[in-house]
Amino acid sequence: MKTKKKFNPAMLWAALVIVLVYVAVFITEQLLPASSMLFTVLKKGATYALVAVSMNLLNGFTGLFSLGQAGFMLIGAYTYAIFTIPVADRMNVYQYYNGGLVQFAMPVVPALIMAGLAAALFAFLIGLPVLRLKSDYLAIATLGFAEIIRAIFQWNKLGALTNGSNILREFPTFNDFNIRNAEGEVTLYLSTLVPFLIAGVCIALIVMLINSTFGRSLRAIKDDEIAAEAMGINLFHHKQMSFCISSFFAGIGGAMLAMYQSTIQAKAFTSAMTYEILLIVVIGGIGSVTGSCISSFLFVACSEWWLRFLDQKQMIGNFEVPLLRNGFRLVVFSIIIMIVVLFFRQGIMGTKELPDLFKRKKKSQQEVKA
Amino acid sequence: MFNTVFPYLLTGISVGGQYALIAIGYTMVYGILRLINFAHGDVFMVAGIVMVYLNASGLPLWLSVLLTLLITVVIGFAIERVAYKPLRTAPRMSIMISAIGVSYTLQNLVLYITGGLNQFYPKVSFISDSVTIFGASTKMVTLVTPILTVILVVALVQLINHTKIGMAMRAVSKDFETSQLMGIKINSVISTTFIIGSFLAAVGSMLYFTNYNTVIQTSGAMPGLKAFVAAVFGGIGSIPGAVVGAFIIGICENIIKGLDIILFKAGITKQNLGLATFSDAFTFALLIVILIVKPTGLFGEKTTDKV
Amino acid sequence: MKKFLAIVMVLCLMAPAFALADDMPVVKIGVFEPASGDSGAGGKQEMLGMQYANKVAPTVVIGDTEYAVELVYADNQSATDKAPSAASELVNQKVSVVLGSYGSGVSMAGSPIFADAGIPAIGVTCTNPQVTLGNTHYFRICFLDPFQGTVLANYAFKEMGAQVAYCLAELGNDYDVGLAYYFQQAFEALGGMVISETFPTGTSDFTSYINNATGYGAGVFFAPCSLAYSTLIVDQAAGLNVNFALMGGDTWDSNMVLEAAAGTNLKILVSTFYQEGGNAEFDNGFKAWLNEDAEAMTNNGGNDIIAAVSVMGYDAYFTALEALKAAGSTDSKAVNEALWNVTLDGVSGAIAFDAETGDAIRDTAYIKTVNTENGAWDFVAVQGVN
Repeated sequence: MKTKKKFNPAMLWAALVIVLVYVAVFITEQLLPASSMLFTVLKKGATYALVAVSMNLLNGFTGLFSLGQAGFMLIGAYTYAIFTIPVADRMNVYQYYNGGLVQFAMPVVPALIMAGLAAALFAFLIGLPVLRLKSDYLAIATLGFAEIIRAIFQWNKLGALTNGSNILREFPTFNDFNIRNAEGEVTLYLSTLVPFLIAGVCIALIVMLINSTFGRSLRAIKDDEIAAEAMGINLFHHKQMSFCISSFFAGIGGAMLAMYQSTIQAKAFTSAMTYEILLIVVIGGIGSVTGSCISSFLFVACSEWWLRFLDQKQMIGNFEVPLLRNGFRLVVFSIIIMIVVLFFRQGIMGTKELPDLFKRKKKSQQEVKA
Repeated sequence: MFNTVFPYLLTGISVGGQYALIAIGYTMVYGILRLINFAHGDVFMVAGIVMVYLNASGLPLWLSVLLTLLITVVIGFAIERVAYKPLRTAPRMSIMISAIGVSYTLQNLVLYITGGLNQFYPKVSFISDSVTIFGASTKMVTLVTPILTVILVVALVQLINHTKIGMAMRAVSKDFETSQLMGIKINSVISTTFIIGSFLAAVGSMLYFTNYNTVIQTSGAMPGLKAFVAAVFGGIGSIPGAVVGAFIIGICENIIKGLDIILFKAGITKQNLGLATFSDAFTFALLIVILIVKPTGLFGEKTTDKV
Repeated sequence: MKKFLAIVMVLCLMAPAFALADDMPVVKIGVFEPASGDSGAGGKQEMLGMQYANKVAPTVVIGDTEYAVELVYADNQSATDKAPSAASELVNQKVSVVLGSYGSGVSMAGSPIFADAGIPAIGVTCTNPQVTLGNTHYFRICFLDPFQGTVLANYAFKEMGAQVAYCLAELGNDYDVGLAYYFQQAFEALGGMVISETFPTGTSDFTSYINNATGYGAGVFFAPCSLAYSTLIVDQAAGLNVNFALMGGDTWDSNMVLEAAAGTNLKILVSTFYQEGGNAEFDNGFKAWLNEDAEAMTNNGGNDIIAAVSVMGYDAYFTALEALKAAGSTDSKAVNEALWNVTLDGVSGAIAFDAETGDAIRDTAYIKTVNTENGAWDFVAVQGVN
């Protein structure tokens, strides 16, 4: 264990790469037309990156196999939406509930934090009974809780708060961060940079947590629960903390998803959503934050953009490419995923992080010189 | 009171029988591989789709039924060989993720083939007919399902208790490594398990879809999850447990759907509370309660953690 | 992986090269409809109307130039969480105007994306009032749920003499919940009693709900749900020998319901936009086209019975053409401005937009019933609110 922090050039390089990404996002956003598919992918990718990293904190770093992510995202998304819908629009949105119960609107940032806290609170309550269960029982119990949460949010009797099972909309979205002049024309595009900033701050917090004493305890739990307990780590307390923190960020991720989609509905937060995020984590590498981020963007880009052409008939000259029709994209996509799951179990990054890439490069260069 | 509750009981028993046939596949695979086979519900759905396409191709019904059983068994077998066998030594999380991947693949494949539209399941003349018992009308299949389920389960229990392969299965589920050392061909035992599971899922799918007549790629997800809950509820690894659990869940679920009217007629409530919303959630609540109170389920054997 | 991605990206770049290479300039109309999911069958029938219209009028004169009309499809998969990306896809393709959707929830979910891009949308059969309320880019050519719900409630109470109505809606489906809500309002105002319940998405067992309706002594079972569920309800109600009438909204007007109900002794009533036989020229042309085109026939459910949504799709297409002509340009903002004053004497009736909400002014609905002997629709009444 290192006790003193030495100057580490790999860290510097990594920081530089991250800064470059942000600058590139900012510049492309000003240059390319806003309708480009690129921005859809970037916004959704940033959202999924945060959720995937939060799931990785549980599955990859604590060794808790939880499948409740969609439930916590739902809580986050709803909390955010409920507290930010402008008062003037509430009558329209809560059309069957007389404008609803909440009659004020919060600014975005406090609402985001509220979203996280609400998810964390639920996680705390759910964690009390569930976290004592072992691996697959935990998975199925959290999956069950996600379904229960969904049913509760859809219950008619809570309609004044949740709008029943109906759609929530009119809350501030990413596009509302664009700066407009008096005529309503956009002078400065920020709608893609903002999700990057929110996700970036949250992921940075998670990384700091992972590298702290607390994070090392979590890894110890993952490697061997009994040994960790013998070392004086309070298992339940640590698992509970990890579960709550992960859910906190999943809640914020849910709120970001709401901002990306501009409308939300409890119906969409099914176990299929959790599976999707789990697959992102696996593709990126269980136990790598960088991997989760990269694979989120790849996953979203493939499913929303690059593979779209597989869904339409394509002609090469007079030859109609066979098999291409609605749904083929998803078939190709799932086969790619199966290949990764079966043959590249390490995923894109294994357990490596961004700075590790530069380290290895350096080492191999030295070997070449020698 | 009886007249109010009876129709729900009847539906519940029928649904329970269908869940039971799926739940056996879960419980057997879990007993042997310690794997939640998330793809099992989708195998059930694929069996439905296969039947739809075979029937549409103009084959006689009996042949379609036989071929459906055969094809489903082959699919179940192939899934194990392709997606689970290479991961036998991998951590349990990897194999579970592989199961989720298979589920995702099967759903997408069916989405592609069917174009994402509901497919109409062929009508089977005898079991689609209406009958009236104790003043409640229902389809014949409602009565056939529990009877057929019980027959199949008894046959299966005989197979497990009195044949050589059954003995091998019991040995493997007791101790994977030791039974391997004792010369049991582990791969053929596992394959047999998947074949039996898929066969029962195919039978279940015929009863289920005859009753509800449409199949779509997501049709298997909910019944699959509920059957799994049933398996856990009854004590995973135990076949009678899975069956009892499935009947309990089927009945509870339908009682919940009718709870408002039952309470209303009994004079307990004055208005509709919308409790039917919780028919699915209730199943999971039941699961969580049983996991906390008695993690091994109703009939499960107690296991001890080894260091 | 790298190589694969490279190939994929190259193909993506090439994709536009495959598109029309005609001399004529092209104007793109976005089709925002479900082609899969619970409403997929209905969405496909609605698209048939647009495709047929596109065949009837493949070009449009805008200003002084003749443009070829290209329909650009995006499948919203009947899901509100998939709708935004389908909408972005259309925006990315730079369509001038959007038609759709079948289903109100997906329309509401796609709406903000179109609003941000300044693209107007013409709702075809999305009947929830919230689709057009409070925005200036969403229009609609069909009647609304408050109207439809009232019509059906009136009919159930006054004509059929039902005292108790059982409403069943899918959780989280804005069309279902909305129409059931307005039906309940109207039915209770008339002095009837309504029991309203919901079922979760993906339900296939409706027997318990049907038992509930019997238990409450309902005279009518109103289930304004997606086509996928309505066929299940019809089938299971027939199996349970129910003695109440089934009632549905415009989604039930489909030959799949006819198929499910044929040979049973059910009484089924639906309200809809169009009754076959209303316009012989359209009927004949459309049927001839269906019989020629095998794929279209399959999408229509295998026979040539005309669904009202196809008629609405047809009218929506021509409304869009009128708007393009009036705008004199393919610029979406100009089309949006022009749409307010567009009028059309459509197959389903005259279309003119309300100056405030952008809804078509409509005051009649058709009520049809299933003739279970020959599996066809029987016309019952033209019904207004009063």
